[in-house]
Amino acid sequence: MSDPGPTPSPEQSAETGTLAARLALKQRAGGIIVPIVTVLFAFVMSFIVLAATQRSFHTALLAFKEIFEGTGLNWIFHPTTNLITSIAAYNLSQTLLETTTLILTGLAVAFAFRCGMFNIGGQGQYLVGLIIANWVGVDFAGLNSFVHILLAISAGTLAAAAWAGIAGVLKATVGAHEVITTIMLNWIAFWFGEWLFGAGGPLQNSTDASNPVSNQVSPGARLPDFWGPQGFQGLHIGIFIALAALVVFWALLNRTTLGYEVRAVGFNPDAAAYGGINVKKNFIRAMAISGAFAGLAGALDMLGGTTNYQFGQLDIPFSQVGFLGIAVALLGRNTAVGTLFGALLFGALLYGTNHGLGSGSVIQPELAGNLTYIIQGLVVLFVGADILILYVWNSRKRLRRKPPAKSTKAAQAPA
Amino acid sequence: MSDDLVLEMRDIRKEFPGVVANDEVSFEVRRGEVHALLGENGAGKSTLMNILYGLYRPDGGEIRLNGKPVSFSSARDAIQAGIGMVHQHFMLIPVMTVAENIVLGIEPHSGLLLDESGAEQRVRELSERFGLAVDPTALISDITVGQEQRVEILKALYRGADLLILDEPTAVLTPQEAGELFEIVRSLQADGKSIIFISHKLNEVLEIADRITVLRRGRTIETVPAQGATEESLARAMVGRDVLLRVEKKPAEAGDVLLAVQDLHVSDDRGIEKVRGISFDVRAGEIVGIAGVDGNGQTELIDAICGLQKIESGTVTIGGRKLTHASARAALDAGIGHIPEDRQRRGLVLEFSIAENIALHDYAKPPDAKWGWLFPARMVQRARTLIREFDVRGGGPYTRAGGLSGGNQQKVVAAREIDRDPSALIAAQPTRGLDVGAIEYLHRRLVAERDEGRAILLVSLELEEIMSLSDRILVIYEGEIVGDHTGDVSEEQIGLEMLGGKERAAA
Repeated sequence: MSDPGPTPSPEQSAETGTLAARLALKQRAGGIIVPIVTVLFAFVMSFIVLAATQRSFHTALLAFKEIFEGTGLNWIFHPTTNLITSIAAYNLSQTLLETTTLILTGLAVAFAFRCGMFNIGGQGQYLVGLIIANWVGVDFAGLNSFVHILLAISAGTLAAAAWAGIAGVLKATVGAHEVITTIMLNWIAFWFGEWLFGAGGPLQNSTDASNPVSNQVSPGARLPDFWGPQGFQGLHIGIFIALAALVVFWALLNRTTLGYEVRAVGFNPDAAAYGGINVKKNFIRAMAISGAFAGLAGALDMLGGTTNYQFGQLDIPFSQVGFLGIAVALLGRNTAVGTLFGALLFGALLYGTNHGLGSGSVIQPELAGNLTYIIQGLVVLFVGADILILYVWNSRKRLRRKPPAKSTKAAQAPA
Repeated sequence: MSDDLVLEMRDIRKEFPGVVANDEVSFEVRRGEVHALLGENGAGKSTLMNILYGLYRPDGGEIRLNGKPVSFSSARDAIQAGIGMVHQHFMLIPVMTVAENIVLGIEPHSGLLLDESGAEQRVRELSERFGLAVDPTALISDITVGQEQRVEILKALYRGADLLILDEPTAVLTPQEAGELFEIVRSLQADGKSIIFISHKLNEVLEIADRITVLRRGRTIETVPAQGATEESLARAMVGRDVLLRVEKKPAEAGDVLLAVQDLHVSDDRGIEKVRGISFDVRAGEIVGIAGVDGNGQTELIDAICGLQKIESGTVTIGGRKLTHASARAALDAGIGHIPEDRQRRGLVLEFSIAENIALHDYAKPPDAKWGWLFPARMVQRARTLIREFDVRGGGPYTRAGGLSGGNQQKVVAAREIDRDPSALIAAQPTRGLDVGAIEYLHRRLVAERDEGRAILLVSLELEEIMSLSDRILVIYEGEIVGDHTGDVSEEQIGLEMLGGKERAAA
């Protein structure tokens, strides 16, 4: 049980390793149980908050039923029959639209994380994707529809990749931390969009100069819906692109030399450099790929329903899908499968709480809006806290199994 | 006889899930004795001491202290009973003074305030009594590792320890500091203290201990007086078979120059020049050893050769290819193999599997990959072969490298570097922290690779290792080569040069 003198035990060295290495160690120790417990815990807490504020157990139960029905997930229980079905089907399609976006913004965070970086810039990269897809989708009208869509998606994706790449270049050349630079880039993207589409901006709509909004994406560049009633915003084929992105993410990381480099750099940049890997190049490349995922999310949102970019009224520039991607990736353990389930959960929460509680039949609508935030906030909080849960869990195990430096310190201190 | 026993541990048993760490271990310490506890990594030494110190509860057995049975449920109980432990990793608060650290938790008071001068006074008394020179008013962050260790010993003495456990105390010390520690241990012994000295280094155990207890795989193998024991007999007891401590090798048959360094100048990351005009050749079929005290430019020299540190001026030639401002990639492609000095920080990605670690240099080349696409099955296959060939124990190709013991981790690194078929192999402290069996294996392997016709550059802080393996010895001091020996040379001569005795040697 004793360790060789100058060599710290694996556990200790991982403690001092990169963020990604420490996280991987803790998460492996927690397995699949911890994220599930985390989510359950968040729901239980939300339930307690609801029951306490409404002073009624029954109301809280009803509210949860509303949220569940708001997500449309009840559709699977009766997929064909009556009116409920079509409402549920519609709700489900909306939940899946949110999921589509969150899969991609989640992958954006996860990919950077696997290279040892924390990409907080998903929101800005998403905005760049929206902006460029709108520009390409509005101009170039008259192109073949397939070509036009492909062009708009590619342009939005690549632009966001370049955008995120700036943070990678800054990290590789002058050592600027990506958390700081990506947050700054978020605001630059935000105000850049405001200027482009705002009053007098170069991409403002051509019909009403008083309206700070973009032109509508030309019909040929819109993503076709495949599920949902005509005339409503249905589920477009973007979800298949997002699902394909999950496969690409997995294959890229686990089946290519690029992914090998990313993972090596993420776990241990010193060992990667020793192995002959160019660490700086990997920072830039991984950040760009990360941005590409977020940009793809933006492009799909623009071409698949939103179709114009509007500051202030429309909720897109104010939506938090880029930031929610962080929670999705954390909950999903930065893996493809985990991100899928994380995105599904947050997509359902986002739409289910907004829409289900929004009806005001169970609790007052003005309260419902805040409860939405409370429930979402609690889930995000507990997802963040699961690192803490794992830490406590692990130190308990460490104490029981083999108490070197850390635990003996606790034992010795009071003496 | 039994009345002069300070400590008796009888038939101690401790099981962890899947492992019996202590299996009916018996161990005793006489008053005023230095008793060494010797064993390989994982033999159960630390478990036994943690039981004694109250950190673990034994599953069976009996502990008697001064003849009375005791049962500790925490370290506090053990400390009250007069047991003190100095861990390998010190637990001092850097921003506090030596005296403050020592009295922490049981401070002398004057009124409500800490009696600062009283504390310093008592620390001074203790340190004088046992010859533990430290300045009580110095901050921990300002003192050396050797001094930190003295503070830990003082801390235990201050709490009234009569039985002191030193857990691998020399692992963090320089040879000089280790010498000073031995003097401290002797003065403690003269004062009637009993000392348990945990180690896996044979020579120091023979030097300091009165008696030696050897553990192997959780069992007591033997307790013998140090007088009459030899390194060979102890190694046999530790490992369970005869161990070749001296490396057997034929005279070198040196061939072409495969690694050449010409007037190399290298600075460290802070811009301080650490390598100042070094030149040497390493030929095929010879081992060139570089001896020196840590921090004299060895790390920067190796990193520069391997393309991991920028070269200010001078050249490195590997297998005839000049690589002066080359990348790590270029050095690898030119035929460098490099067993790095820190296998956990640099040699391995601990989160990666053994198979992935074995691919660390050549992951992008066939058969591991083609056109950027990986073939994990081929990596696994290669790993399986190498695990067998290098006798890596404790896991298969999918096992996480971080889960292996130090010796097996080092075997994975060595397997990877040797399997690349390098023309020049650099081994930096290849046996640091390893136990006797693994050291023997690596030494034999290095000699075998030499005989295969590789040029081997061995850099080690262990003079003994350099002496026994090298065909030619260079001594590095402050970034310069101050000694170059091919024939017989005494350890004393090299030791003198290592300490900067160039002038004296010349005189």
